[in-house]
Amino acid sequence: MNHLLSIEDLDREAIERIVEQATRFAEVGDREIKKVPALRGRMVLNLFYEASTRTRSSFELAAKRLSADVVNFVSSGSAVEKGESLKDTILTLSAHKPDAIVIRTPWAGAADLVSGWTSAAIVNAGDGKHEHPTQALLDVYTLQRRLGPLDGVSIWIVGDVVHSRVARSNILAFQRMGAKVTLAGPPTLIPRGIEALGCDVRYSLSELSKADVVYALRMQRERMSEAWVPSLREYANWFQIDARRLSPRQLLMHPGPVNRGIELSGEAVDSPQAVIAEQVEAGVVVRMAVLYELLAGSRAFRPVPEPQLA
Amino acid sequence: MTDGKIVLREDDIQRALTRIAHEVAERNAGDAKVAIVGIHRRGAVLAARLREILQRLLGTAVPLGDLDIAFYRDDVASRPEAPVVHSSHVDFDIDGRTIVIVDDVLYTGRTVRAAIEALFAYGRPQRVQLAVLADRGHRELPIRPDYVGKNLPTAREERVNVRVAEIDGVDEVGISVVPAEISA
Repeated sequence: MNHLLSIEDLDREAIERIVEQATRFAEVGDREIKKVPALRGRMVLNLFYEASTRTRSSFELAAKRLSADVVNFVSSGSAVEKGESLKDTILTLSAHKPDAIVIRTPWAGAADLVSGWTSAAIVNAGDGKHEHPTQALLDVYTLQRRLGPLDGVSIWIVGDVVHSRVARSNILAFQRMGAKVTLAGPPTLIPRGIEALGCDVRYSLSELSKADVVYALRMQRERMSEAWVPSLREYANWFQIDARRLSPRQLLMHPGPVNRGIELSGEAVDSPQAVIAEQVEAGVVVRMAVLYELLAGSRAFRPVPEPQLA
Repeated sequence: MTDGKIVLREDDIQRALTRIAHEVAERNAGDAKVAIVGIHRRGAVLAARLREILQRLLGTAVPLGDLDIAFYRDDVASRPEAPVVHSSHVDFDIDGRTIVIVDDVLYTGRTVRAAIEALFAYGRPQRVQLAVLADRGHRELPIRPDYVGKNLPTAREERVNVRVAEIDGVDEVGISVVPAEISA
């Protein structure tokens, strides 16, 4: 594996390998010294064009647990604000010879583009509405720890699918692992034709009791410049996951940060069915496994991309 | 690969472990804080057996752990692929204890160096000792074993194969010659 750009590039075997490695890495966090020297001398550059606390800090912690050096580069307060293009930023930062660049941008496909401009391994930490592959991997890890193999497990992804890169990566990853995925939400928030991915679509939660796992998505208010729903209160009325809709045998997941009282009721967030804190914990070990897979071993064997004309 | 010759069989291995257990008991007499830690994978199997014998000798419980050293290898950056990582288990407090590290074969000493470094991530042992089933020489680091099952003089192009029933279905130690083109 040279880059992690999309779940589409991973088959079931590759997902299983990363999740299995992550299981073994979990123990490092229980040691008195929570650090191993595996990636000593490697440099990981975190390049974030969008606000993020948990993803960035979990990549940072993962890299540090493996003894890599981490440089954080956020778009505010940087040359990006002075109008530098993505390509120039990458070329400039490549001069520092990073071994990996973890990149989040609001632009779909940016991570893929960047992989052609630098010899560093690229990890997509979210590109617009396209994909967020490490989120999907950590969600598979979290579910497997609770449920074992996901074959035949019914997973409902509820809410704002249209703006959600998490949904796109998770639909692919859950299906590769054998789960049955159903999307539910108001018709305005479910992309038309998404059934082509092989999932079912429901415009109400009346059959939610069939789900083994309820995966609520965040209502992305920052991406809602138009009227996607009549009001957040109306949305909550029809699609909020609350104690009444959630049964004791189901698991509740959410990629965070939660809007309490909108997609989830406070009661549901704090319920024993919620595995949201486990997802955050899984984030570090799964990202350790991804960085280890990309950066351990000799980089001398990697192809350097041909210079491209812009 | 077939072995040119078998140098230790099941009962030889059992006797070697029994002798090592006696030596551990003797060297650490009066020290109630001995613990055994095996190196993945066959060292961990041998460590579990050594611990059984030692517990019978001492009449007390001896803590057992295992270490995976993939993270601590000195060749992580030069191998083409990332080494496979297994879980480590050190579920007891190692501070102030005598830790006996157990491995199947002692060769360059690089694995043992990595194991010592890995061990110190769990705390500060009082002392660390090394037990190996076979010492084949060719050390590249200043490391020497405290307990040796058998000294096996070997050439570099030879390979020492330790097999244990728990993993390989049979207990034996063999020496084979690796053809020059694949020994690197």
